[in-house]
Amino acid sequence: MVERQTFVSRYLPHAVLLAGVAIVAFPVYLALLASTYDAASVQNGQMSLLPGGRMAENYTRLIFTGTSSSTREPVGTMLINSFVMAMAISLGKIAISLISAYAIVFFRFPFRMAAFWLIFITLMLPVEVRIYPTYKIVADLRLLDTYTGLTLPLIASATATLLFRQFFMTVPEELVEASKIDGAGPFKFFVDTLLPLSVTTIAALFVIQFIYGWNQYLWPLLITTRDNMQTIVIGIKKMIVTQDALTEWQLAMATAVLALLPPVFVVVVMQKLFVKGLVETEK
Amino acid sequence: MASVILDKVKKVYAGGVEAVKGITLTIPNGNFTVLLGPSGCGKSTLLRMIAGLEHISSGTIAIGDRTVNDVEPAERDIAMVFQNYALYPHMSVYDNMAYGLRNRKTPQAEIERRVAEAARMLAIEPYLQRKPRALSGGQRQRVAMGRAIVREPAAFLFDEPLSNLDAKLRVQMRLEIRKLHNRLKATSIFVTHDQVEAMTLADQVVVMNGGQIEQTGTPLEIYRRPASKFVATFIGSPAMNLFSGTVAAPGQVALADGTKLAFDAASIDAKPGMKVDVGVRPEDAKAETGGSRETPVLKWDVTEELGATRLLHGTLAGEPFVLAMPADVTSPAKELAVGAVAGAVHLFDPGTGRSLRRG
Repeated sequence: MVERQTFVSRYLPHAVLLAGVAIVAFPVYLALLASTYDAASVQNGQMSLLPGGRMAENYTRLIFTGTSSSTREPVGTMLINSFVMAMAISLGKIAISLISAYAIVFFRFPFRMAAFWLIFITLMLPVEVRIYPTYKIVADLRLLDTYTGLTLPLIASATATLLFRQFFMTVPEELVEASKIDGAGPFKFFVDTLLPLSVTTIAALFVIQFIYGWNQYLWPLLITTRDNMQTIVIGIKKMIVTQDALTEWQLAMATAVLALLPPVFVVVVMQKLFVKGLVETEK
Repeated sequence: MASVILDKVKKVYAGGVEAVKGITLTIPNGNFTVLLGPSGCGKSTLLRMIAGLEHISSGTIAIGDRTVNDVEPAERDIAMVFQNYALYPHMSVYDNMAYGLRNRKTPQAEIERRVAEAARMLAIEPYLQRKPRALSGGQRQRVAMGRAIVREPAAFLFDEPLSNLDAKLRVQMRLEIRKLHNRLKATSIFVTHDQVEAMTLADQVVVMNGGQIEQTGTPLEIYRRPASKFVATFIGSPAMNLFSGTVAAPGQVALADGTKLAFDAASIDAKPGMKVDVGVRPEDAKAETGGSRETPVLKWDVTEELGATRLLHGTLAGEPFVLAMPADVTSPAKELAVGAVAGAVHLFDPGTGRSLRRG
């Protein structure tokens, strides 16, 4: 199909897209701006659309000292907590799902389908649904305010297992047989053939799960009471709601910017693999 | 190198389906045996049982002087070439070939020597560092064969290795496989549904049907003396003409319209009065010049030009008949007398389908 390029057909789509980008980007820019002023300017609405001069001061204070209001924990600690939680959830999920999908797809054992359905059913039971029993178990195991308690209940889920199962089922049977003839046992086949083939799927899953873990709100809110176990998402919330002091908006915004960076970094770095993992067909 | 001996090998699937119904077969050392048959005849299942990829329901398989029923595939000293090549996509050609050897703890120097030699033999040296996806179908096939060769196994197993290639390449690889065999003299078992592959490659052809062996023999034996109607029609292109008749006298069979064909009474055991199925290959049927009233007449209506030969399609004694004649002769009249040398007329038992040939 040959399209006639008129002025409108050429520039209108770009104009619409640019408008869209502006709508999405402006609040982010505003947060970035706010984090470079002092509290009073933000509060009074005297902020201009150009950066103020207090960026270094705000961020240094935030990361190493923390705010003076309801949460006094340095945001550096929160960042570490969030990072540990997101990494533990994504790596834990990938490890467990790889192994369970491998068992379900490549081995014939009694109650294989029962095992599969048990895993599948957990899809319908996200943390929000099973929150009370899960909390009770974690509390009874004395895992409140620990990294284990923070991550373990979120690691157990079926999505990743199902994704790997779908991928493994596309691996040709002959590849398994060729490995058998080449003298590779189940473990060697897993490490030498299946894992290298799964790299892109693993990358895609890592991106999704890292962001999922990073954005967790409800579970960390319940399970952590000590300030030094707090994640950054909770930290932001606590900074905004203050009882009898002025909200330090410049610091809250700086925290928001910091909270934004790791997921963005992960997406940017893994983008290529991520897209490949979702669309890859060649085996 | 070793012989492969199958004794009453059976495969029964969980649902009770018998895929292989008790096969006894010896593949001598250094022999190139082709398992030939239509899809679903059990030939691939049989090969996979030899490879150890399928469990043997009953019977025994021996490679050399060792029964391998309960031996792992890797320990059977065999190598297999798969239809879709089954190369490891993430490994280079070199690693694909070396992988099996590394797993068996072959010394590094020995691996390098064997891979280099196989690569030279198969002319894939320039591609050793490439990934399989950067290779053409024919090159991938060579790599798959290279992976088998470096193992230096007691037996090579080929599972329809040429069917994913285009026609031209298939002919070329067929020849190369045979050349390779002449050079390596390794016991080989090759599964195919393509009769031309079977005829050109095999020392011994095993024609299978419905999980059983129909006939075992050299390609020429199978072609010249088919043991059953199934083999007769499966081998040869176009297929053998078959029509019903009755033995009229020793060495003479009468067709439905009363015309007669001579057969070799010395080698065929048929008594006068017997109902038989008569088979004549299109290329064995000849136009007769001085025919009598008892000579069968072909009424043809369509011709097919194949270049060197021409096929006349029509009816003879009321049944479809194909006659092959040289293409450089002008087409004969629409009705022509047809004869065949007595030795080229085959008789089959209409009930069992077995050939009535003696011995």
